[in-house]
Formats: sequence, structure tokens, C-alpha cells
Amino acid sequence: MDWAIVIETVIKTVIVLSVVAGMAAFATWIERKVLAYMQRRLGPMNVGPHGVLQLAADGIKLFTKEDIVPQHAVKPIFKIAPVIAPVCAFTAMAAVPFFPEFTVFGYTVTPIISDINVGILFVMGVASAGMYAPLLAGMSSTNKWALLGAARTVIQLLSFEVVSGLALLAPIMMIGSLSLIDINDYQIGGIGSWLVWSQPMAFLLFVIAGFAETNRTPFDLIEYEAEIVSGYATDYSGMRWGLFFVGEYANMITVSFLVSIMFLGGYNPLWIIPGAVMILIKISAFIFLFLWVRAAWPHVRPDQMMWLCWKILMPLALLNILITGIVLI
Amino acid sequence: MSLEQFSKRDVAPGYIFYNAEERPQSGWEFFKRGFSRAIKGELLVGLKIVLVEMFKRGNTHTVSYPQEKLAIGPRYRAIHKLLRLQESGSDRCIGCGLCEKICISNCIRIETKLDKNSRKEVSQYTINFGRCIFCGYCAEVCPELAIVHSSDYENASEQRAHYGLREDMLTPLDEFKANKQQEFPGFGALSDDADSFVKKTPLAY
Ligand code: SF4
Ligand code: SF4
Repeated sequence: MDWAIVIETVIKTVIVLSVVAGMAAFATWIERKVLAYMQRRLGPMNVGPHGVLQLAADGIKLFTKEDIVPQHAVKPIFKIAPVIAPVCAFTAMAAVPFFPEFTVFGYTVTPIISDINVGILFVMGVASAGMYAPLLAGMSSTNKWALLGAARTVIQLLSFEVVSGLALLAPIMMIGSLSLIDINDYQIGGIGSWLVWSQPMAFLLFVIAGFAETNRTPFDLIEYEAEIVSGYATDYSGMRWGLFFVGEYANMITVSFLVSIMFLGGYNPLWIIPGAVMILIKISAFIFLFLWVRAAWPHVRPDQMMWLCWKILMPLALLNILITGIVLI
Repeated sequence: MSLEQFSKRDVAPGYIFYNAEERPQSGWEFFKRGFSRAIKGELLVGLKIVLVEMFKRGNTHTVSYPQEKLAIGPRYRAIHKLLRLQESGSDRCIGCGLCEKICISNCIRIETKLDKNSRKEVSQYTINFGRCIFCGYCAEVCPELAIVHSSDYENASEQRAHYGLREDMLTPLDEFKANKQQEFPGFGALSDDADSFVKKTPLAY
């Protein structure tokens, strides 16, 4: 057994965990600020300059709040459910290459925890398994809002999963590999070789499915306040509630990485901009898109969502695969 | 007029009916509507609007509350005030008890006694603000304009006992001496044209 690899993996894991958790926390502040400015408000202003330290204040509040477990809840499941969300979100990141290779003290570091050859399948699968968190949380809460939220989770899973899978099939057919590193290297020849030009439909479908997967606004039906209070999280408080959101934001970051690597040239350098900066720009743009859409668009009903996914997006995805197949032959 | 006309409240005269878009009948019409909506790009218009708002400077509507406060109307009915007589500086209240009588929620309590000149003196005056509904009847009924509403709406405290005592509501003497006591233009106060309603007493002619 090569201990160097074990140590390297552990160090990478710790770095990914802490950096992504920090980014997720920071994203909550960005989200509040961006939404506020879009809605002609100021957002958090009082803690630190322009409210930057608000996330520290929120963190302290979440950690020190009383942890309430409802009397009639199924206690073990109720307690374990919030952990599933971040665990799945972070596990999914194991197969995501974050940056190009670089060399420290003559040692080549590949910033991916594990380059498995079915990378994209692993990421999609594990991220979808994260849907167990709202499902179990809602079902164990013995609260009707939570139960409705859990039911909607299933609807959501049934809807987006088919679209995201089929949408990815067409570019994968072109590349011929499931490893995210191969996918990235396929687009090494500048902007012209980005897959978004040859697969615009797949790109669009995958982004839509990404919104559903991270339950962001047009598809935020599992926790929509106006209809079901807070959905699956109605009975949660304190850090258990916070864990769901760490998971949600980590998922947002994963989806942004996936879209950037699959369709937008990943971490390939462009002109004089190094690759690491390129991918940071891309995922920032995607996170901003998530917030932007949240400020602008209404959300859909569960039946509309199923209708959209199964009757519109899925046929489009199939058509896309068919056309890609014909062109490839 | 029959009763039906009264109970038909949803159709007032001048009621404008909104002619909503007709629901498509056939599958083809349904498809056409969906298609035309899809290419109209209404979603993109929404995105543009919020983006433009985001980059506009100085159009925020937020009031940073403890530092900035909205001006509230002069007739606003917040916590009560007891005013002093302009001439002598003593309490305006004559202890008539009308406010205690009219109060809907029974929250004013007055105790009176005769002072050494055999005039009525208010020895206790409390309002239970936990029950007060700020209806303003007490201010309206008071013949002396003694009890009025102030505009002091920030009334949070750890103890109920911090409110409702006469000493807290009465204009402080130093404020009164500095001529800072303000008349209340709201409920129960004299209207601007009150002078025109005054008639001469028969003695004058
Ligand atoms: S405002 Fe109304 S409820 Fe309050 S003390 Fe006056 S009469 Fe009573
Ligand atoms: S109505 Fe006015 S004068 Fe009469 S007791 Fe109340 S406050 Fe005093």
C-alpha cells in the first residue's frame, strides 16, 4: 500500500470539505445580497461591512439554537436525515476535477480526489441519492407540511432524473468516455471546441435539470413557503436545519462544476487566462444565474413540473440523442 | 329594493370584468399557444428587469430602521400622554372619569379624592396598556384634552410595570417649562375651524 496516496487523498478531502463548506456559507451571503439588490432592498447591512460577517452571526445562531425533536417524530430517522444531504453532496465531489494539474515542490498534484472512469455517472448518482434527505426528513416528521414536502421530493426526483440522464447521453456519445477529465480534455481547443456549440440542446436541458436537482427557484416545490410552509424542513431547527442548506449550496456548486466541465470547456486555459481562473469565472457565473433566476421567475406547480419534464424535455432529449447518433454515424 | 340586490356584493356598479384569454379547445390550439409563449421570451424579459434594477444606484427602498425612521402621521394613535395646563403647569385632568367610563377594554383606572380646598384631585391614574386597543375613545371623550395619544410607538420593555403609570405619561415638568408640550391634532382634538362653532352667550347682548 502506498501511503503517499492515502495521505494525499486525506489532505485533498479535508481541503475540498473546508473550502466548499466555506464557499457554501459565503454563497448564502451572496445570495441574500444579490436578491436584495435585485428587489430594491439592501440585504444584511449591520454585521461587518455591508453585512459580510452575517454568516458568522448566522453560524453562531444555528449552532447554539435549541435542537428540537418533535414528540411524535420517528426520532432516529429524523435525526439522521439532515446529515444525508451534505454527505451526499460532498461525496459527489470526489469525482469532480476542480482545477488543472499543478506542481508543488516538484510534486504533481491532480486536484481530483479520485479519477474513477465512470466519474459523471458517480456524481449524478450520488447527488441524486441526496434526495433521500428531504424524503426521510419529511416522512419522519409526522407533520402534514413535511409529508407533502416529502411527496413532492419524489415527484421532483422522478421528473428531473430522466431529463438529466438523457441530456448527458448525447455529449457522452460524442466523447466516448464517462471520466470528467476526459470530457474536459476533449474541449481543449479553445472556445470553438466547447461542447455547448455542438450540443446546445443538451446544455439547456441539463441546466434545467440542474435547477430541479438543487431545488432552486423555478422548481423549488419541495420547500415552497407559500404552499407548504417550509416543506420537509418545517419541523427542523438549529444546525439540523442548517445542514440541509449546506447540502443545497454544496449541490449548487457541484452542478455548476459539472455544467462548466461538460459544456463550457472546463478548466482549459483560454488565451492568457489560466485554467483555474477560467473555471472559477464559469462557476461564479453559474451561481449568479441560480440567484438571478430566483429573483426573476415564479415557480411551477408539481404537476406542471412533471408535465414539463416528461412531455417536453424528455422527448427533446431523445430527439437530441437521435440526431447526435445520426450525425455521428 | 329587494334583499337580493344587497346581498349581491361582488357586482358593484362600474365593476369591470376581466376577459381572460380563452382556454384552447383542441390539442392543436393548445400547442400553438404553448409555442407562441415559448418563443416570446417573456422569461428573458423578467431576467432583464431584475438585472437592470440590480445595477441602478440609489433606488433602494430599505429604511435602516434604528438609524432612520419613517415620519408617522400627526394623528397616529400610539401610547397615551397626559398633558399639563398651559397657565399653571398642573395636570389638565379634572378627574371627571369619562375616559374610565368609555374605555372599551376597561383598562383605565382612576381614583379621585377631595383635596384640602374641596376640589376633586386625581390620586391614581393608570392605564393597562396590555389591554388597551388604542381605539382613541378616551382622547375623544376627554373634555379637557388632558389625555391624548403621543407618537411614541417604540414601546418594548422587559416589564409591564414600565408602562401605564401617570408619572410616565404626564409631560415632564422640565419639558413643559421649555415650552415643548405639543398639542395633539388627532382624535378628540379641536378641529381647525372650531372657533366658527362658538356662539355668543346670551349675556353678551
Ligand atoms: S385608547 Fe381605547 S382602549 Fe385604550 S385606554 Fe383609550 S379608550 Fe381605552
Ligand atoms: S376624561 Fe380627561 S379629564 Fe376626565 S378623567 Fe379622563 S383624562 Fe381626566
